Amino acid sequence: MRRIEIAGAWLLGALWVLPLAYAAWAAVHPPEYATRFALLAPWTAANFAQAWEAAPFPRYFLNTFLLVTLILVAQFLLCTPAAYAFARMRFRGRDTLFALVLLQLMIMPDVLLVANYRSLARIGLVDTILGIALPYLGSAFGIFLLRQAFRQVPQELDDAARLEGSGLLARIWRVYVPLAWPTYVAYGLVSVSYHWNNFLWPLVITNSVSTRPLTVGLAVFASTDQGIDWSIITAATLMTSAPLLVAFLIFQRQFVQSFMRAGIR
Amino acid sequence: MTALRREAVQAWLLVLPACVMLAGFTHIPAVATLIESLYTTPRGARPARFIGLDQYRALLDDPVFFQALGNNALYAAATIPASVVLALLMALAVDSRLPGRAALRLAYFTPTMLPMIAVANIWLFFYTPDYGLLDQLGGMVGLGRHNWLGDPTLALWSLIAVAVWKEAGFFMIFYLAALQAIPPHLREAAALEGAGRMTVLRRVVLPLLMPTTLFVVVNAVINAFRLVDHVVVMTRGGPDNSTTLLLYYIYETGFRFWDTGMAAALTTVLLLILSALAALQFGVLGRRVHYR
Repeated sequence: MRRIEIAGAWLLGALWVLPLAYAAWAAVHPPEYATRFALLAPWTAANFAQAWEAAPFPRYFLNTFLLVTLILVAQFLLCTPAAYAFARMRFRGRDTLFALVLLQLMIMPDVLLVANYRSLARIGLVDTILGIALPYLGSAFGIFLLRQAFRQVPQELDDAARLEGSGLLARIWRVYVPLAWPTYVAYGLVSVSYHWNNFLWPLVITNSVSTRPLTVGLAVFASTDQGIDWSIITAATLMTSAPLLVAFLIFQRQFVQSFMRAGIR
Repeated sequence: MTALRREAVQAWLLVLPACVMLAGFTHIPAVATLIESLYTTPRGARPARFIGLDQYRALLDDPVFFQALGNNALYAAATIPASVVLALLMALAVDSRLPGRAALRLAYFTPTMLPMIAVANIWLFFYTPDYGLLDQLGGMVGLGRHNWLGDPTLALWSLIAVAVWKEAGFFMIFYLAALQAIPPHLREAAALEGAGRMTVLRRVVLPLLMPTTLFVVVNAVINAFRLVDHVVVMTRGGPDNSTTLLLYYIYETGFRFWDTGMAAALTTVLLLILSALAALQFGVLGRRVHYR
């Protein structure tokens, strides 16, 4: 019985690795071995070099980097004060407002493509990195997580800082942000991986090399330029996923714990 | 009184920036979508004209709309139970004293870190008729060749497999967290009473995992309606609309046919589905799992 369970777990693991291993095989061998398996097939980095040359990937990397950084910083600055107000202050309409905020957990900007596209067209931000970021800056998820974390902070610390004459913003910055830091890390990792991987909205809102993030660049590359040269396409695919994947492999524990923390409500 | 009022003013100033952004790109466009679905699509010099529910009447006559709804229902009904059950099995496996559990956890979780678009490219290769690994392996055991993405009866199932592969590991994490939070003495007590492993699982562990299951299912449902990246890359809704999901149909209607009025009506349908799910979550299901 126990043996069957172990075998089953490993079989499932093998199944889960297989597609990725297959892609990796194709990426590091010459094209003629892409779909043929030979133990002694020569290794090559040419597929990566060709993919890197064939499309403006350095620019796409830069765009994605700018995008996730912009989103992360703005979410941090917008969600922190809102989360504090919802966690620790009394004001009329607080609970109604909070319920309205939480509505975004269900109805995400991702499904409101058409209306958001028109809003951005009206303010002239189509095909800009700011335009890709804008719908995600006010994040219900971020407000929710930080509010939970802020409520764990002992009220006495807040009161003590107030007695020492700290203003509201100083208290948030010096007392709450440091104490909720693990939550910030968790939310940051979730946010970065979400927006690194996001595709449909960036596809709709961008139409030039100077704004396209990696995901859209990869799709354009794979669909138009290459026909079906799998070696190069898989090389490009692995290359674009690599930074996040490598970061994950190195900081596995932090990633897994962050996702856990973000999921516990 | 003035101190309270001061606090209220400060609080509003703190929440305002985030709420303006939230409302501007979620609540206001949702309402605008509703209103817009009652108008024609403005084209060139012709402005939008009020037509009441005509767009919805047109939807009722649109076989592709119903096909998209049906596809999405099947897609949700297949991916959600499959990925949730697999996630639970994975978590139980990784939580037990299994040889190589760290490697297994890594194997299960890695697809989660990949962009859906990369996953779609990899599986596109995997599914290639004749040359793809799936057909090569199938060929070895005499299954013959399949046009996995080109055959209307197989294409949606092929996409379902991709979604399950990508999501199960993500949900595993939440089950793993919940399993590790179960106090050991509960299982020990049950074991002392002479309960077998299966009984402990069924009577102790699974009930304690109910809140996690609810959380995971809600997320799985949202994803089933929100994530169509793989459709864009792998099938473009084809063949014969057999893989058109609702959001993909909205994308096509809005950005390939530029029929914004119809896209608004379709979006309204999607918003209604999501709202119904939200109501279900907070109402019925929410009550059932709060047993403590």
